[in-house]
Amino acid sequence: MGGDLTADSSPRHRTPLYPEHIALGARMVPFAGWEMPLQYTGIVEEHHAVRRRAGLFDISHMGRLMVEGPDAAVFLRSLCTYDVTRIAVGEGHYALVCRDDGGILDDVYAFRPDAERFLVVVNAANAERIGEWARDHLPHGSRQAALLDCQAETAMLALQGPEAPSHLEALAPGVARGLAARHCAEAEIDGTPAFISRTGYTGEDGFEIVVPAADGPALWRRLVERSVQPCGLGARDTLRLEAALALYGNDIDESTNPFEAGLGWTVTLDDGAGFGGREALLRIQEAGVSRRLACLSALERGVMRAGCPLLHDGRPVGRLTSGGFSPTLGVSIGLGYLPAELTAPGTELAVDVRGRPLRAQVAPRPFYRRGRVGHPH
Amino acid sequence: MPNPTDRRYTREHEWVRVDDGVGTVGITDYAQDELGDIVYVEMPAPGASVKQSEKLGEIESVKAVSDLYAPISGEVVEVNQGVNDHPELLNESPYEKGWLVRLRLADATELDALLTAEQYDQLLAEAEAE
Repeated sequence: MGGDLTADSSPRHRTPLYPEHIALGARMVPFAGWEMPLQYTGIVEEHHAVRRRAGLFDISHMGRLMVEGPDAAVFLRSLCTYDVTRIAVGEGHYALVCRDDGGILDDVYAFRPDAERFLVVVNAANAERIGEWARDHLPHGSRQAALLDCQAETAMLALQGPEAPSHLEALAPGVARGLAARHCAEAEIDGTPAFISRTGYTGEDGFEIVVPAADGPALWRRLVERSVQPCGLGARDTLRLEAALALYGNDIDESTNPFEAGLGWTVTLDDGAGFGGREALLRIQEAGVSRRLACLSALERGVMRAGCPLLHDGRPVGRLTSGGFSPTLGVSIGLGYLPAELTAPGTELAVDVRGRPLRAQVAPRPFYRRGRVGHPH
Repeated sequence: MPNPTDRRYTREHEWVRVDDGVGTVGITDYAQDELGDIVYVEMPAPGASVKQSEKLGEIESVKAVSDLYAPISGEVVEVNQGVNDHPELLNESPYEKGWLVRLRLADATELDALLTAEQYDQLLAEAEAE
């Protein structure tokens, strides 16, 4: 067989749930400086478990920043594209952090458990950089907004799938019923203080739960004992790709702006408040974008992958930023930036896969939506 | 699963079992485990000729694509349609139901260069120890 089948051995961090993954026989891989489970029983099986029942992900590697104080909202607003001051207590919102030219530094989720307290979840790969960026921009000499990095003292799990609410009900009675999508609450799970949000990265209903690090393993085990399927990074990627959710480093990065990525809805410009990249983004919005991130679906056998060139009438017109096989749809899917005029669903293209053209077409976003009639499985 | 002794192995994790001048070719349990869930298999059509160690086909898993190499030289006489339609067979039964192609051997002495089950076990043990 061609290809390196052996493991990489560079040093990396371990989450509080590491012993659980080892005990379950997970295949571990390095990811953003962490040793994370790629899969337990198999990517496809884990993927289907989330779509049909419930799956459990260790997402402790993600950055968690608490911003507190009377000026917390205003300070955070100056960092994010979204006007977080309009997030009500008990709600959350997806946002981007941009640099001055409008390029995306990270995609984050900002939650507001209290009027003067925000929890900002950031990508593992960007945690240090965003933490520094935030610290550098804190109002000088002010005790009106404090920043705390609480990653090291917490664990974070994602419980995802149609059966997720019933599992949460068993752990924290009454909480699921009162929690709408994108909302958050603080509750007790087995006497442990927990932060719970009705959010996720899979396209299914589900929850993300933050607990003290020492309580992470017990919570994980409680859910696994209830037959929730442990799921690794492999399934995390196939699930999010079907839901057409951007992956930082692939679909969005410093060379892409929110509007071409289809994330203009996270950019608030009408409050007039300053934030990283505002002027550039205003100009981009006014000028319009020449390319857009599009969904692509294969029309024949084969798998398109990140980096594959995209061809229209034989001419190169872009490159795939994400690609893979969709277990739920049974075909290969991908994301890539295309000239705006080629992004209408149904537009036929070819993906250059190792020198051979793979017929594909632009698909409506997302590829998969929960509850859509007629999708296989 | 233990590596069957009725066949020969390559360092690239393929196996070949010869019956009456026809070699059945597949990948080992170690290979299917490393590859993960297999989604597509590309094999040459009957009639194609291959040389030992040349690329025989491709195996695409959720994670990546891997080249398959011919353990021996020969002419393709049969391709396993079952694996084409149900690639998961390759993960579930790499030594039986998940066979890939059958080749009419061009030169039986080529088998001497391949590993026995014992030697292949040894290769895996050494790789594990690294």
